[in-house]
Amino acid sequence: MAMEKPQSARKRKQTNESPGPANTLWRDAGRRLLRHRLAMFGALVLLIVLVMGIFGPAITPYDPNGMDFANRFADPSFSHPMGTDDFGRDIFSRIIIGARVSLQVGFVAVSVATIIGTGLGLIAGYGSRLTDEVIMRAMDVLYAFPAILLAIAIMAALGKGIGNAMIAIGLVYIPIFARIARAAVLGIRNEEFIIAAKAMGAGDARILISHVLPNVLSPIIVEITLSLAFAILAEASLSFFGLGTQPPDPSWGRMLSEGRDFFRQSGWMGVFPGLAIFFTVMGFNFLGDGLRDALDPKLRR
Amino acid sequence: MNYQYVLQRLFTALIVVLGVTFVVFMIMQIVPGDPARVVLGPYASDESVAGLRERLGLNRPFFVQYASWLGGVLQGDFGQSLLNGQEVAPQLWGRVGPSFELAMVSLFVGLAIAFPVGMISALKPGSAIDVVATLFSQIGVSVPTFWMGILLVIVFALNLGVLPPSGYTPITEDPGDWLAHIVLPAFTAGFVSASIQTRFIRSAMLDVLSANYVQTARAKGLAERKVIVNHALRNALINIVTIIGLQITALFSGIVIVEVVFSWPGLGRLALNAVLERDYPLLQGAVFFVAVMVTVVNLFIDLLYFFLDPRIEFA
Repeated sequence: MAMEKPQSARKRKQTNESPGPANTLWRDAGRRLLRHRLAMFGALVLLIVLVMGIFGPAITPYDPNGMDFANRFADPSFSHPMGTDDFGRDIFSRIIIGARVSLQVGFVAVSVATIIGTGLGLIAGYGSRLTDEVIMRAMDVLYAFPAILLAIAIMAALGKGIGNAMIAIGLVYIPIFARIARAAVLGIRNEEFIIAAKAMGAGDARILISHVLPNVLSPIIVEITLSLAFAILAEASLSFFGLGTQPPDPSWGRMLSEGRDFFRQSGWMGVFPGLAIFFTVMGFNFLGDGLRDALDPKLRR
Repeated sequence: MNYQYVLQRLFTALIVVLGVTFVVFMIMQIVPGDPARVVLGPYASDESVAGLRERLGLNRPFFVQYASWLGGVLQGDFGQSLLNGQEVAPQLWGRVGPSFELAMVSLFVGLAIAFPVGMISALKPGSAIDVVATLFSQIGVSVPTFWMGILLVIVFALNLGVLPPSGYTPITEDPGDWLAHIVLPAFTAGFVSASIQTRFIRSAMLDVLSANYVQTARAKGLAERKVIVNHALRNALINIVTIIGLQITALFSGIVIVEVVFSWPGLGRLALNAVLERDYPLLQGAVFFVAVMVTVVNLFIDLLYFFLDPRIEFA
């Protein structure tokens, strides 16, 4: 919905009074989204995760790295709602802190994928046949690798660490954005308003940015939301493999991998971090599905 | 019969594999700084670093390196492990079987869940079953694969003790034991792919059910079962096969994760171990093998599509 404001304000200026078609398009979509129950549930879950991510250190009941050896493997109780781990650290506090890492990786990785992927897709769809072939075949090649394996391979080259995880996950999702952007461009490249812009002497870059991009935005917005879900899953997997977040920083994936040796003592250590990942990913998936239904009512079943 | 499509498809697959070799080769090239130094660590002497550079051929020009690496790969030579100096290729071949078995059983488990659920959903849209199935598939795609594996291990292996928590027995040695070991990993990978496929099967089936030829079949008085099996399903199958093909890469992504969780001796776990040990030749080989496996399975599915739908003459 943040998208809605500048768009409508700009349109209104151009047309003076009557709301332009773009304006009602986004407004209708917003209205449909607000009525979409699953999407609103997803948004609510994400709001909670976002609050945890922003205010993390200020709202944890315990020091997330504070150890209490007298209280190891505690079951969930009133004082430790999610129990404690093998060092007696409060799992609930560690989960709150972990939200920040997940969100950061998600946003950075998806930004990388969106900017590079959309750019390549626009160029492929709008450019010459040869450019299109070269770019899309390269995307096919990247697509032949299972996402997580490609991310692992890139991490192998760049080295462990959360920053490299962001880059690796971002690179892996470039082909998805390239394909979506290209398909959307192919759908409109021969429309009259593009031909008109060309006839008025607009350059390729200008046509791409001010005429093509706004018209392919909705599938990309949907994909951004769904990719955030994938990116958070991928970060959790990489951290679970020991390649992402490094100790002692808590991340949900790493909490699960550290807990692996202790599931006999306390199965709870394997439950809550997974639930945190699951709910966050589900939030983005629900919101993304809702956005798709809202932005493209024709596709709705 | 027109074989132009088959040839064209084979050709694209070859191009993709060639591209794959380039990407795999690049893994060692994008290591920041000197890969030999990264492998040996900060305390190694300059002579030993120079020696490893020489052994890996890092002093030669980029394209010479690529050409010689590609030449080796074409002859089935993936170099030697940096860790123990052994040939990489035999280690890779030993891992193909377990990975392939797991992938196929997972695919089967996934379809065995997704097919009936998707079909019933599509035949009774809006019914209670449909709502539950749709919700279930939306929740299913959000479950982290490795977490699901962990939960299954906690419940079925650690608490109930009915299935082994990890490991592998070759099917030729003891089929029963093989089955016991593959149940949890295959269900883990299969469940996630089922939740994606249920949606697609449902929508592919809904598409054909509203098509004119299905209306015609009903109008001429065919029994509903015949309409569904002979007219709807046959056409929906074409779309469903395409979707299975598109999901193969995602399936293998799940397989990599599941192999690590269940200590399954496949290519995915080999790749991860290679990364943790900084054994680049082994990693390159494992990644290459998985990518080729994905491409071959995809090719096979595309050709299946060709036989299912005789209307396709060339793409």
